[in-house]
Amino acid sequence: MKTLFLLLGLVLLAFLTVPVAKMVLASDPVILIETFLDKEVLAAIFLTLYAALIATVIGFIFGTPLAYLLAKTDFRGKRFVEGLIDLPLVIPHSAAGIALLFVFGRNYFMGKAFGAIGLKFLDSLGGIVIAMLFVSVPFLIDSARDGFQKVDKRLENVARTLGATRWQTFLRVSFPLAWRSIVSGNILMWARGISEFGAVIIVAYHPMTAPVLVFERFETYGLDYARPVAVILILIAMTVFVMLRLLLYRGEDR
Amino acid sequence: MISIRNLCVEIGDFNLKNANIDVFDGEYMVMVGPTGAGKTVILESIAGLCPLTGGQVLLRGMDVTGLPPDKRRISIVYQDHALFPHLSVQENILFGLKVRKVEKKEQERMLEKVVSLLSISSLLHRSPPTLSGGERQKSAMARALCVEPDLLLLDEPLSALDPKGREDVQEKLVNIKRSLKLTTVHVTHDFEEAIALGDRICVIGEGEVKQTGSPEEIFRRPDSEFVARFAMARNIFTGVTVVSKEGEGCQFRTDGVTFSAMEGVKEANRAVVRPEEVVVSVNPLEEGKMENVFSGQISGISDKGATLLITVDLPPPISILITRREFMHLNPVMGMMAYVGFPASAVHLFHENTL
Repeated sequence: MKTLFLLLGLVLLAFLTVPVAKMVLASDPVILIETFLDKEVLAAIFLTLYAALIATVIGFIFGTPLAYLLAKTDFRGKRFVEGLIDLPLVIPHSAAGIALLFVFGRNYFMGKAFGAIGLKFLDSLGGIVIAMLFVSVPFLIDSARDGFQKVDKRLENVARTLGATRWQTFLRVSFPLAWRSIVSGNILMWARGISEFGAVIIVAYHPMTAPVLVFERFETYGLDYARPVAVILILIAMTVFVMLRLLLYRGEDR
Repeated sequence: MISIRNLCVEIGDFNLKNANIDVFDGEYMVMVGPTGAGKTVILESIAGLCPLTGGQVLLRGMDVTGLPPDKRRISIVYQDHALFPHLSVQENILFGLKVRKVEKKEQERMLEKVVSLLSISSLLHRSPPTLSGGERQKSAMARALCVEPDLLLLDEPLSALDPKGREDVQEKLVNIKRSLKLTTVHVTHDFEEAIALGDRICVIGEGEVKQTGSPEEIFRRPDSEFVARFAMARNIFTGVTVVSKEGEGCQFRTDGVTFSAMEGVKEANRAVVRPEEVVVSVNPLEEGKMENVFSGQISGISDKGATLLITVDLPPPISILITRREFMHLNPVMGMMAYVGFPASAVHLFHENTL
């Protein structure tokens, strides 16, 4: 049984890694360096990382309290709320982009409201951020909720009896004990934001994020021009992703 | 004094009904009962950690039922210690003083006091996961005591410990009890632990308070079959009181035998004789020495290690607890004729409501 399971697992691992590895290894280093020095590519990559980071910060500020409530309280309709949070995981992302336009488009209520303070979403950084936020925030909330659920209720009880208010208990006990799951959720959300294409291309084709640039070069010039951009994006994302994970696990070893 | 008045709690299938308990200032109250009897729920209700469906908690006459846990000055120590795993032992102990923003000098004074009381100075810089069970429990107690609570709640503090840790922590509890005279409620399922530590004992069972009294009262004068069984009385007989006059001796008839008893309880339908109060011999016993003398066949011998339990069918069967030395001297075998005796003062009568 163990051998069969191992074989099945290896097939899947090969399916996941071979295309990426082949694309990276088959790239000509000279072209890669040239692409890396291309200002348009650099700007797209920077914009992608930056927009995903803003989306993650917003997700953290609004999502962490919600994750705490879902983990620690019972209320009518809780399962429904959990289902709502996971909705972006099941709807096609291009459809999510269209749905966002119906709220944040310049003729719709949120678009108008933000427009009044000079913030527009269509073809702007704001649009990229909301598209990334919409599709990736479930990763943060789910992970943070699991982290808070693992915090023993009795630890929080003891803190309260020792004189800690609800806030102090959250900040000194629940949050520090769940932080690994929260950070892990943030990394996942950020990584998912970087890779987002479907929702972003609908809401904000310009300024161009790296996945949109890969698509544009593929459409306009073909595979050979799209590949170096894709490889650089993968290498940068993987480096940051691995570094953050290592940092997280080093903390755990201690 | 802490008073619990008509406390009602409903959590899932668990239902605690109208619990009334008084704990006097400086008293060490042990709440004892089987697992699932609602002991922890009562503790959490006193601490304000569990929502009540009814009743009141009064602390020194003041109704604290609506106060949040951080305003009650009630510390709790759980069975599994619940030390904060991300903090060192010292940080754990000082947690309460830090959140209350107590001055650094006072923090140091209190730390020194509890650390010396519990002899844990060598553990201060250790992380909770590296400690033994006993060390964790002592650290958790130090943390609870450091905030100088008005009431200390201990939830099965000895249950998860190995025998050595148990002995060590129990010794520390006796120390705390003697030196601090702190009002304490300690819950356990272990009756011997309750006898060893409690100034008074409160027996909880089937979601209600069954009996409250001194260890002597609970041990020798249970007022229900539940308490008698929990106090390991073993010999509980069902029958009728033949002659019963308040203040005078009476007789209790059960399964063809009649016991003489000192107490006269009207309409008593249960008699309890503790197994250690009964003597057994292979030779006939002198009738004048004890009011109750019977003979019967030995129908059971159960080895408990330091002691043995002999069962003799009078009939009904009666269990006798003897030491290993007595056993060697007696050398009983199954089926052998034996003589048993106990004084009238060893027979405790009560009325069990069978409705």
